[in-house]
Amino acid sequence: MEEIVQSFFNAEIAEAALPIVLAGLLNTILLSLLVVPLGFIGGLVLALLAQARSRAVRWPLMAWVDFFRAFPPLVLLVLLFAGLPFAGLELGGFACVAIAFFLNTGSYYGEILRAGIESIPRGQVEAARSTGLSGLQTMTYVVLPQAVRNVLPDLLSNTLEVVKLTSLGSVVAVPELLFQARQAQSVTYNPTPIVMAAVIYFLILWPVVRLLSRLENRALVGRG
Amino acid sequence: MSAWDRFVETFFNAKVMAKYLPDILYGTVVTIELAVAIVLSGLAAGLLLALVRSAGIRPLNWLIIFVVDLFRSLPPLVIIVLLYFGLPSAGWSPSSFVSTWLALALVLMAFAEEIFWAGITSVARGQWEAARSTGLSFAQTLLYVVLPQALRLTIAPLTNRTIAITKGTALGTVVALHEILGMASSAVSNSYNPSPLMMGAGAYLVLFLPVVVAARWIETKFAWKR
Repeated sequence: MEEIVQSFFNAEIAEAALPIVLAGLLNTILLSLLVVPLGFIGGLVLALLAQARSRAVRWPLMAWVDFFRAFPPLVLLVLLFAGLPFAGLELGGFACVAIAFFLNTGSYYGEILRAGIESIPRGQVEAARSTGLSGLQTMTYVVLPQAVRNVLPDLLSNTLEVVKLTSLGSVVAVPELLFQARQAQSVTYNPTPIVMAAVIYFLILWPVVRLLSRLENRALVGRG
Repeated sequence: MSAWDRFVETFFNAKVMAKYLPDILYGTVVTIELAVAIVLSGLAAGLLLALVRSAGIRPLNWLIIFVVDLFRSLPPLVIIVLLYFGLPSAGWSPSSFVSTWLALALVLMAFAEEIFWAGITSVARGQWEAARSTGLSFAQTLLYVVLPQALRLTIAPLTNRTIAITKGTALGTVVALHEILGMASSAVSNSYNPSPLMMGAGAYLVLFLPVVVAARWIETKFAWKR
């Protein structure tokens, strides 16, 4: 028992590692604030394009979305980080994370928003258009507000996944929470900093998980 | 040499590809083994937890909810790193395969439990009562009345979640697992050429694209919301 506490919950090491780990937390928050809106905007563009009637737009779009849903995000990230320099394009880890997340999470947000938009009855669009609203106005003021509300649990769930996914940044040396914790671990030869990172992730994300599981249960029980 | 030739020579170099093809294939086998192990054990454990939860033993349910919440809120990579670099200090050194498998199976278990549980609770209370009053035992009610209806509802969300978590096998690279991405990355640094990475990317697409397309079909067939 003593030994376990010494290795996983070592107070001395925790104290020394705290500033390093907290700096990582700050970067994780900043990274999330960058990639969540980025992915959301990408998804919105995809979802709006998916409303096009033309198959010439819809089929390539579906292929694009499926492509990035099939591709593990880490593979995409490594491809950008380790592959692009061979084409003479050296992006930093941060930029690679931003691009990979834009492509990957954009596809997920896109699918969710598309389902939301399609949940709005066609008649509402027709009614809005016949009152004189333009297509853009109909989308902005009538369809999207309801669409987003309808798929709010899915959007929240995806956002949770995106925040968790920022830990991949550690692979390309972005100094986020996991990266910093691992740095501290390798210096101290003690896994306490990684336990600290796990605890921080849990404390921040647990309320979101609780909320989600309430929303999901309500959606399902409400069905019957 | 034109720019296009140079591009092909760099990213799709036939010589390099031929040399490292066996490595990528080896990695593909590891990825498949890992994926199968994760899916089977994760789904089974998730179903088991949901069934135990339906028995309604309070303290046990709190424990299940806590475990599920824990593995839903921790990033899978953090769990893998914790198992692989942390557990040796507690006297157990799991291999990179075991660490990756255990971490992702636990994550899948958590998500699967939530989905199975939501499916079970979606079956109206009256059906339980009706089934019990016809003389079926608790287990029989669960097995013959509730689960067949619940499972149908869970198929679409479960497929999507399973794919998303199975793609996490690539995370094994971080703990030096020789799966596709790991093999491709080391081939890139040995050959000084990105072609193996393109092959690895191709291997992932071959593995996962059919599953994603199938999931799209399943989604329309067993839609969650009717």
